[in-house]
Amino acid sequence: MSDTSDILISVRGLSFSRGSRQIFDDIDIDIKRGSVTAIMGPSGTGKTTLLRLIGGQLRPDKGNVVVDGEDVHALRRGQLYQLRKRMGMLFQNGALLTDINVYDNVAFPLREHTHLPERLIRDLVLMKLHAVGLRGARDLMPSELSGGMLRRVALARAIALDPMMIMYDEPFTGQDPISMGVLVRLIRLLNDTLGLTSIIVSHDIAETAAIADDIYLLSGGKVVAHGSADELKQSGSEWAKQFIQGLPDGPVPFHYPADDYAHDLLSGGPN
Amino acid sequence: MKSVLDHLQSLGQKGTGVFERLGRANILFARILAGVPGLFLRPNLVIQQVYSVGVLSLLIILVSGLFVGMVLGLQGYNTLVDFGAEESLGVVVALSLVRELGPVVTALLFAGRAGSALTAEIGLMKATEQLSAMEMMAIDPIRRVLTPRFLAGFISMPLLAAIFSAVGIMGGYFVGVGLLGVDDGAYWSQMQDKVDLYDDIYNGVIKSIVFGIIVTWIAVFEGYDATPTSEGVSRATTRTVVHSSLAVLAMDFILTALMFGGG
Repeated sequence: MSDTSDILISVRGLSFSRGSRQIFDDIDIDIKRGSVTAIMGPSGTGKTTLLRLIGGQLRPDKGNVVVDGEDVHALRRGQLYQLRKRMGMLFQNGALLTDINVYDNVAFPLREHTHLPERLIRDLVLMKLHAVGLRGARDLMPSELSGGMLRRVALARAIALDPMMIMYDEPFTGQDPISMGVLVRLIRLLNDTLGLTSIIVSHDIAETAAIADDIYLLSGGKVVAHGSADELKQSGSEWAKQFIQGLPDGPVPFHYPADDYAHDLLSGGPN
Repeated sequence: MKSVLDHLQSLGQKGTGVFERLGRANILFARILAGVPGLFLRPNLVIQQVYSVGVLSLLIILVSGLFVGMVLGLQGYNTLVDFGAEESLGVVVALSLVRELGPVVTALLFAGRAGSALTAEIGLMKATEQLSAMEMMAIDPIRRVLTPRFLAGFISMPLLAAIFSAVGIMGGYFVGVGLLGVDDGAYWSQMQDKVDLYDDIYNGVIKSIVFGIIVTWIAVFEGYDATPTSEGVSRATTRTVVHSSLAVLAMDFILTALMFGGG
């Protein structure tokens, strides 16, 4: 059952909490087919949690997530797994299987889900590795790769089953400028050439804004701003301004909430 | 007053925590078993694990078995010789090993060598998001990672226990017959006469199967349930060794009571 509407992923009225801490409070997000959508916000706003909710690894307290016409959390286990075959996800540090080499890592989902002959798997793996520029690294073990290469191999693995969408969890964190540039270009290129839909969770503003068609800013469990990069730059929202310009103080205060400073100093308490 | 209530509350929380973990362990066990039929189509996954869980534990089992057997030979001889019954040394060594020491010591060594490795491996796979990544690739990590490891432990443990007992009997032979001068024929013929296939050997095999299930179950559960940090994995590994050793010893008493007790 495939929905042909313009929206691939629709999140409606989503609330989620961990213990007593509310992570999301009634948020709505729409992700268009074929677009690159960025979910941005300061650390600890639950951006990764959002990806896990979309992937069905976590259950929301309220609200629903519809991916390609299917309500993720109403699916049975088998159906959810069928849906996940069409979703790729790139984890923050690649999450490659450390006991097998690059080639076998990319071949892993193909061998698990298809009965293709090994010759055909070889061709597919080499094509995917070529797409991320690492065909020559097929015999290396994950421990021999740099952080950027790990993510590229993981990207090749994520596109191995030709998914309809890919979710990127902080793809740019801790990358040097060259591998950052490579990843930025790859994400856009793969999205357009393979007809994917991409969701990037990140707080690297410049890189993400350069390739994102649509940006959602999250803070305090709410969507505080939404629009293209240009729209957000011109938005009147104090919060969006602080985040995009990287100002140290603003709606997100520099100081962690505390008693009055003078009072605290003069009180002379033990701590 | 408040602190008493606080203590009571934390006691209660710990109590429910224990039962919650037990419940999770049982659910996991059921899900592991549900994955067993699928492995008949992919025996390679199990064979790989039998190698790392079983074959790699062989050395420690061989060496320990030999020494335990040699000690049994020495101790048994010193006791028996006072009664002029040193010809029964073979029986003493064989029964001690086949009924008790083979399954129990193997299980304890297995918990330390293979159980801890399983927990650490699975815990680290969880900490580095490899298990999550599998889930997102629509591959059930329980079936792909846990079930083959569990099955490998289930298969390896009785074989290791049998090897332990066999090597131990040889160790007893070297000391008793080789060094202390027990009659060669008497050592073997008395053993052949007194060791019963059903009462002794089968019961020993049943024990080792039960211990294999317990140790591997605790090991894979602790790994899968570990807090995904380096400290969490190290705690889980310790818990595997402690809990499975205690469980093996307690279970050994229950099984011995059922098999040999009273009647």
